[in-house]
Amino acid sequence: MAFRLPTAGTRSAIPVGLLLLLGFAAPLVAIVAYSFATPRSFDVFTSFTLENYAGIFDVENTVWLSFLWSGLFALATVVLLAIFAYPIAYGLNRVFGRWSSLVSILFVFPLFVSENVRLYGWVLFFIKNGVLDGSLKAFGFEGGPDVLFTPGMILAGMLYTYLPFMLFPMTLGLAMVPGDLIDAARDLGAGRFQIWREIELPLAMPGILIGMLLTFVLGIGAIAEAKILGGQSVIVIAHDIEIAFTYSQNWPLGSALAVVITGFIAVLTLAVFGRLDLDRLLGRR
Amino acid sequence: MNQAQKRNALFISVWTAIVVIAIYLPIVCGALASLSKGRYFGFPVREYSIEWWEKTLDSFEIGMLTRTSFTVALSVTLLSVVIAFFGALAFARYEWKGRRLFQKIVLLPIFFPQPVLGLALLLWFSALGIQTSWITAVFAHMVWIVPVVTLVIAIQVYGFDPTLEEAAYDLGCTRFQVFREITLPLLWPGIWSGMLFAFLLSWGNFPLSLYTAGADSTIPKWLYAKMVAGYTPMVPALGTMSTLGAALALGLGGLVVYLYRRRQEGR
Repeated sequence: MAFRLPTAGTRSAIPVGLLLLLGFAAPLVAIVAYSFATPRSFDVFTSFTLENYAGIFDVENTVWLSFLWSGLFALATVVLLAIFAYPIAYGLNRVFGRWSSLVSILFVFPLFVSENVRLYGWVLFFIKNGVLDGSLKAFGFEGGPDVLFTPGMILAGMLYTYLPFMLFPMTLGLAMVPGDLIDAARDLGAGRFQIWREIELPLAMPGILIGMLLTFVLGIGAIAEAKILGGQSVIVIAHDIEIAFTYSQNWPLGSALAVVITGFIAVLTLAVFGRLDLDRLLGRR
Repeated sequence: MNQAQKRNALFISVWTAIVVIAIYLPIVCGALASLSKGRYFGFPVREYSIEWWEKTLDSFEIGMLTRTSFTVALSVTLLSVVIAFFGALAFARYEWKGRRLFQKIVLLPIFFPQPVLGLALLLWFSALGIQTSWITAVFAHMVWIVPVVTLVIAIQVYGFDPTLEEAAYDLGCTRFQVFREITLPLLWPGIWSGMLFAFLLSWGNFPLSLYTAGADSTIPKWLYAKMVAGYTPMVPALGTMSTLGAALALGLGGLVVYLYRRRQEGR
């Protein structure tokens, strides 16, 4: 037969495939095309220049500072969240028992509240005469620390926003560690640290890795934290891209920046995805 | 449990409780700000009042953007769940050649910063000559939400026994009958959770709406605009209302799944 109807699997994949082709792949191609257009113009496909990229890598330009800030914030977010989320992920698997689903819901729910609402809540907490400052004064103290609009506050905001994205993959990962394996190791005389290093960590690694990748990638593109909690004291890279697209109407430059970010993310993501077995992680044991 | 394990469990529970409190603290702060009288927030609250809630409920502008947010979220939910349902079958049910590649492609939009995605879509729409409005925002939301819903439904599909479908075929059912009588009821909890996720994620989405909704404003977009310039206590009031709405939807949605499971087990 020259032509065979595609299999059921292929057919079911078509709607998602089309959506991602039109809504994900095509826009990325479009920004690549725009990144080669004459700066400050809209002559896509009619002009070809590397000027936009040359501008980015020019030391005179301070955009590298934004890259640095975003990279540092993302890296710090990943490291700290891995430490903060681990005990909770462990608890969801081994300690909370039948309370686990309730605790999970408590951590999922904030995802459904717009991040700017939640971040603004922190502004109300830390601002002069806000909840912290006001309470301390009411008890006769000096008043709250002046932490708003500092880089540390931006980092705290990122930890806060991206916690669920570390926690849930990590929980899935830890769920892949069989409990009797740990018991067996303990019976054979392994210490707690040994069990953690030789059994728990390696077996949970796929989930932990996904969590780290996800938080890093989202952290690199974070913008709301820096704008709301940082008060523009630091310009992160996504903010630079936004400025290029909106205020300065320099789409080619914005596209070039977005392409650099996308390339960076793509390399990381593909490297991690290469060694991932999603069937095992998501439930086909 | 021995002594060390008990200490461990206590440490984990205390830490989790601290983190949960930290997560909900800003939401509570917003609620306090919305309930205090006067234009500028100060703590301890001198006088409580519901005037800002009333003003928010009476505002014509806010009624408009609530309707837009709702329309967007509902459209995203209905479209996403259909596409993601088939996506989940391709993801987890059928063995086919491109499956492993497909699984990874589906994840890519989740592993991508939304502000950058929103700007890329804005540029793409303009290159195509499409005027941005709430309709383009629906499309933009779907690019991110369909993969999430696909995952949510796929987890249910993994627990699905394909031999049940085959048995029904052997007993003479048509393709449509199998779909309606076997596949859909078995996957229903997953589909329902997927719909709930789609609605709530769209309802709360800010970065994609900001760049792709054009002149149409959604609740998160309006809140952001007012936070940056022109704060009024209607900001925390609307934020709190939106949060309560999401909590209500989640509670009702969860209740439906719970009752459904109980009825299934009771049979």
